[in-house]
Amino acid sequence: MKQNRFLIVLLSILFGLIVGAIVLSIAGFNPIEAYGVMIKGVFGKPKYISWTIIRSTPLILTGVSVAFAFRTGLFNIGAEGQFIIGSLVATLVGYFIKLPPVIHPIVAILAGCLAGALWAGFAGLLKSKFGINEVITTIMLNWIALYFSNFMVFTEGFKRPNKDASHKILESASINILGKWKTSEVGKAFLKDNDFLRGFLNPPVNYGFIIAILVAILMWYILKHTTLGYQLRAVGLNKDAAEYGGINVKKNIVISMMIAGALSGLAGAVQVLGVSKETAVLATMEGYGFDGIAVSLIAGNSPLGCIPAALLFGGLKYGGSKLQPTIGAPFEVINIIIGIIVFFIAMPKLIEIITSIKDRKRGEKVGNIK
Amino acid sequence: MEILNDIGIIIGISLMYAAPLMFTSLGGVISENAGVVNIGLEGMMTMGAFAGAAAAYFSGNPWIGFIVAGLAGGALALLHAVACVTFTADHVVSGIAMNFIGPGLALYLCKIFFDGAAMTLPLDLNHKIPRPLNNILPPDSFLNSVLNQYATVYIAFILVFLVWFLLYKTKLGLRIRSVGEHPRAAETLGVNVYKMKYLAVILSGVFAGFGGAALSTAVVSNYRASLVSGQGFIALAAMIFGNWKPQGAMWGCLLFGAAQGLVVYLGGTSLKVSSQILAMIPYVITIIVLMVFVGEASGPAANGLPYEKNQG
Repeated sequence: MKQNRFLIVLLSILFGLIVGAIVLSIAGFNPIEAYGVMIKGVFGKPKYISWTIIRSTPLILTGVSVAFAFRTGLFNIGAEGQFIIGSLVATLVGYFIKLPPVIHPIVAILAGCLAGALWAGFAGLLKSKFGINEVITTIMLNWIALYFSNFMVFTEGFKRPNKDASHKILESASINILGKWKTSEVGKAFLKDNDFLRGFLNPPVNYGFIIAILVAILMWYILKHTTLGYQLRAVGLNKDAAEYGGINVKKNIVISMMIAGALSGLAGAVQVLGVSKETAVLATMEGYGFDGIAVSLIAGNSPLGCIPAALLFGGLKYGGSKLQPTIGAPFEVINIIIGIIVFFIAMPKLIEIITSIKDRKRGEKVGNIK
Repeated sequence: MEILNDIGIIIGISLMYAAPLMFTSLGGVISENAGVVNIGLEGMMTMGAFAGAAAAYFSGNPWIGFIVAGLAGGALALLHAVACVTFTADHVVSGIAMNFIGPGLALYLCKIFFDGAAMTLPLDLNHKIPRPLNNILPPDSFLNSVLNQYATVYIAFILVFLVWFLLYKTKLGLRIRSVGEHPRAAETLGVNVYKMKYLAVILSGVFAGFGGAALSTAVVSNYRASLVSGQGFIALAAMIFGNWKPQGAMWGCLLFGAAQGLVVYLGGTSLKVSSQILAMIPYVITIIVLMVFVGEASGPAANGLPYEKNQG
């Protein structure tokens, strides 16, 4: 079953790339050239590799967030809003509160998680108390989060003068790897002779990726090996049976949403402390949460699967961003490819039919020999 | 009189904002009554918004744009139907795929047809959807503020009635609903379940496409990447809010439109409130209304369940 699932994902990716190639060639672009640009854009230089990892990091976390909720039978469309709130609160803590290094980022991250957890927990509470569908509430909360974040950023004292963004977080809250060392005299002298490392460290490489992987493992462990995880999955599989078995369904709905929200909030916090260092005014959703839904689906809602799925996603997006400047092909072909991948993943039956045709042919051959 | 005029303006803006949502929401109603969850409305609406604006621009006729928008939305919905009906896909997963493919394809095509621009060229005022009652009612009057609307607003309300009539007063509607409630029972009575589901899903895409065009050729005069941004999801929420019924979905959209109208109106007054706080109001109101008035919502019994023939 597991192997089958893996095959389905691989075939879906293949179909996605084929459809992408067709879409590109209809518009007059050479698909082989385009995919070449993308591959070079991801693996061509050490700094491209680190950018791909940086791009994938928040997607691992929003992906795990959505996957975790899915396992409990909840659809967390609100990862986007939880991400926004997480980044806002992490920026606030990172700028206004003065703490020593190491402690500062930990506090900022925990604050971001807590904010995301409360934001999502509210949707969970509305579902368990009033029976309101979490799809509606989380959609609404996404927009409320966006405007609330903008409101805060526009506030005097937090807004950076002459810029549509907040102040930058203090250096002590940064989670960049060797951030200070990179720009110090010693660091510069060392990196001068080491091309690979210099290239790799050039982008804002940060501890976020490690945090994301550890968290994905933790969530896998919680779901698989703890009582809490067992209860949550039981609620997801059959609410009524779980209730009959003595599990408090309402409480579990809130807990599940809070954990999912904490993960998306963590994604936002990590993005701020590691990459953007600020909260910008948002004209529209950035899509980290929605991309997280696709990541989770590609991963078959498995927390561990979210790691490769997010890397694939981040690679496609970062590699795809090179298309427009080099061969002039619109970047949106990437969204089409991702959509097609998810589309085929939705249809395991089709892929089973395709593989069974292959088997049948093999069977016929055997028959002929006889 | 002043107050009456202001109320008229608010109602007018509300109707204008509600109309695109109503089309899309009705699409959701039809599809989900046939048992196919359509979370891809957002993508279909975006396809419609682009196709409508582009076709209206190139043909110079907004109605051609409107129809092309419906066809584009319907084409995307056909994909959704193939996945959900024929290949028993998970409806939510397929819908999410639609939300990547629709906006992706719309912007991709836009950049190809409009020299790399992320928006279509704006329509002339007389190439937009017309206002049938323009210059008929006295200007600056209450009636003019309320009734001088783009034709799409009127069509949206007519469509609410038509969908209600179709679903509850015709044999076809009964079949569609039976397929959503209990497909196996419907099948034994000779209803072609797959055909009904295909019909309903494609119609939902057509309506969502109309909704997109109602935005891009009436409310504004071109398509751009940020135009739809989430309105398909709002329409989806309005449908759940309206308990999967056409008239309920209409009220949901009107509530949201009214909140939006209030925001636009307040933004124009001398009231000193942050525009960001104002922008939150429609979403906050929706949540509060749900808390106060609507309890547990439940859709058609077999909504979202894949259906396979001949399962013993």
